[in-house]
Amino acid sequence: MAELDWRAIVYPDTEAGSGDAGAAGYGHVRPAGLDTSHGVALYLDDISVSFDGFKALNKLSLTIGVGELRCIIGPNGAGKTTMMDVITGKTRPDEGQAWFGQTIDLLKLREAEVVAAGIGRKFQKPTVFEDLSVQDNLELALKADKRVRGTLRFRLNAEQRDRIEEVLGLIGLHDQAARRAGDLSHGQKQWLEIGMLLMLEPKLLLLDEPVAGMTDFETDRTAELFVSLAGRHTLMVVEHDMEFVRKIAHKVTVLHEGSVLAEGSLEQVQADPRVVEVYLGR
Amino acid sequence: MAAITPNELPLSAPARAPRAQLQSPTAFLPLWGWGVFIALLLGACVVVPLLALAVPQGSAWHLSPYWVGLAGKILCYAMVALAMDLVWGYAGILSLGHGLFFALGGYAMGMYLNRAMTAASGNLPDFMQFMQWTQYPWYWAGTQHFAWAMFLAVAAPGLLAFVFGFFAFRSRIKGVYFSIITQALTYAAMLLFFRNETGFGGNNGLTDFKTLLGFPMGTAGMTVALFVVSSVVLAAMFLFARWLVRSKFGRVLTAIRDAESRVMFCGYNPLWFKLAVWTISAMMCGIAGALYAPQVGIINPSEMSPANSIEIAIWAAIGGRGTLVGPIVGAVLVNGAKSVLTVSFPQFWLYVLGGLFIVVTLFAPYGLVGLVRQWRMRRG
Repeated sequence: MAELDWRAIVYPDTEAGSGDAGAAGYGHVRPAGLDTSHGVALYLDDISVSFDGFKALNKLSLTIGVGELRCIIGPNGAGKTTMMDVITGKTRPDEGQAWFGQTIDLLKLREAEVVAAGIGRKFQKPTVFEDLSVQDNLELALKADKRVRGTLRFRLNAEQRDRIEEVLGLIGLHDQAARRAGDLSHGQKQWLEIGMLLMLEPKLLLLDEPVAGMTDFETDRTAELFVSLAGRHTLMVVEHDMEFVRKIAHKVTVLHEGSVLAEGSLEQVQADPRVVEVYLGR
Repeated sequence: MAAITPNELPLSAPARAPRAQLQSPTAFLPLWGWGVFIALLLGACVVVPLLALAVPQGSAWHLSPYWVGLAGKILCYAMVALAMDLVWGYAGILSLGHGLFFALGGYAMGMYLNRAMTAASGNLPDFMQFMQWTQYPWYWAGTQHFAWAMFLAVAAPGLLAFVFGFFAFRSRIKGVYFSIITQALTYAAMLLFFRNETGFGGNNGLTDFKTLLGFPMGTAGMTVALFVVSSVVLAAMFLFARWLVRSKFGRVLTAIRDAESRVMFCGYNPLWFKLAVWTISAMMCGIAGALYAPQVGIINPSEMSPANSIEIAIWAAIGGRGTLVGPIVGAVLVNGAKSVLTVSFPQFWLYVLGGLFIVVTLFAPYGLVGLVRQWRMRRG
């Protein structure tokens, strides 16, 4: 197994490390890091994954544009989580392609490299560092030198402090900054995890059931937050809560048995007889 | 933006085990806690030499070298407990093989002390004469130099830990599987060192120490000197460990312990963090072992026995993991009790130790320090 050189990880928006710029040679200089000049943030083509003969994903093709807020819905077992696993390098597909922008082949990257490339993922079950304070949780996600030596010397500077404050405000946990993350409510943990993703300043956010376990109030706040994030970030939200989907979605993709069943506005897909059949059964 | 008040929290918040109400184990002692600890250690460096050397033997205030030697030995155990806390309490890596690193440090010091004996008397150690060797084997080269032997005491356990840890952590071996492998590692090393041909004295180990840096061993002065050095080294290790766990590095370790996958998705590679703390911990054990060997006058393979390493984990658990001070307190209390009880009721000691471990695991998951904190929180 090839060992990854952690020194070589280059964040998409930094200037350094563009050593292979121009190597592509298709008439334009290939920019370092993420290139979304054609307006596509994520491109999945013909992805298939099977576990012991069960096709979790079956020739799935999906394109998400830059700055889009896309909702993915579908019955249980439709392949939503597997799709996220493929994008983040946790599961390797049997066939197909997955590109982040035009130049980053996701199927060649490992988890931490996917993060460095600019993709953040929220898990279905909120995973925060329970024994650390809310502020420390955000600080760990902060963009900084993430090698051992870097963390030994690390001191928060004013700019980073402001960034943490800003995210604390965004996720409504300003008053809870010093609290132990494990003592937060379920909904607050969800927000903290979203906050940690924002600290990473990802270009693409993958959110797996972000409002599960939230109160109506918290759900509304989360919807507002997501709508405000769209444009600056590209968001892909997997959610069962149709009320929530209605609030945020411009475009909805319905997955069924590992491939795309329908795509369009929520009204369109809800009117689609195939979708009705999948959801209601016959 | 509206602030969220606790009243608006979902009622369906997941049920939580009662221990979650405890203060976080990574919360640090108040200033007085560790300040008192350092002051005690440094105070002992002044008071103990006075009582043991300046006060005449007949006086009620006189401290006999026996107790000073015992205390110095326990300080070495405390260093190992501290090293254990770094890997287990903070990074969540339970090692059941820390006795190996401790013993390696002891052997490095033992090699120097044997060499010093040879330099004085012209004789090889007994076990080498017994095997009819006429000179020290090649891997003893340079150990007549104190500095080289001390380098070995740190580097040998460090290198072993680094290589072992690299492969174990890279293969993402975790939890109980990792613990069992460390247990096997120390057992294998013990069998290796038991062999006479290995060249470290077989089951007798290294002994017959005469002088250390030119000063005779076994005198009251030497006992006190070793005690003072052990106190200072423990204090230094404590401050180092404290700096380590209070840095962002320490918070990453805690994060790895609680949610390793999230650490990866924050862009860190847990491998290097685990490997760093694991290697540092092994090196600390090596230093402790090097100070231990001259204080007990012998180092032998029984230090590598699996039971010894398990005992180290018990000290940490009883004192309180993830608190730095806790494991030190645990090591001192358990070994103090052991010294007393094994004299009066030798056959019961293992039952007492086992019972203590079970009680602490069931009723005080954060050990004695956790109990004190719980008590303070209930009051305030």
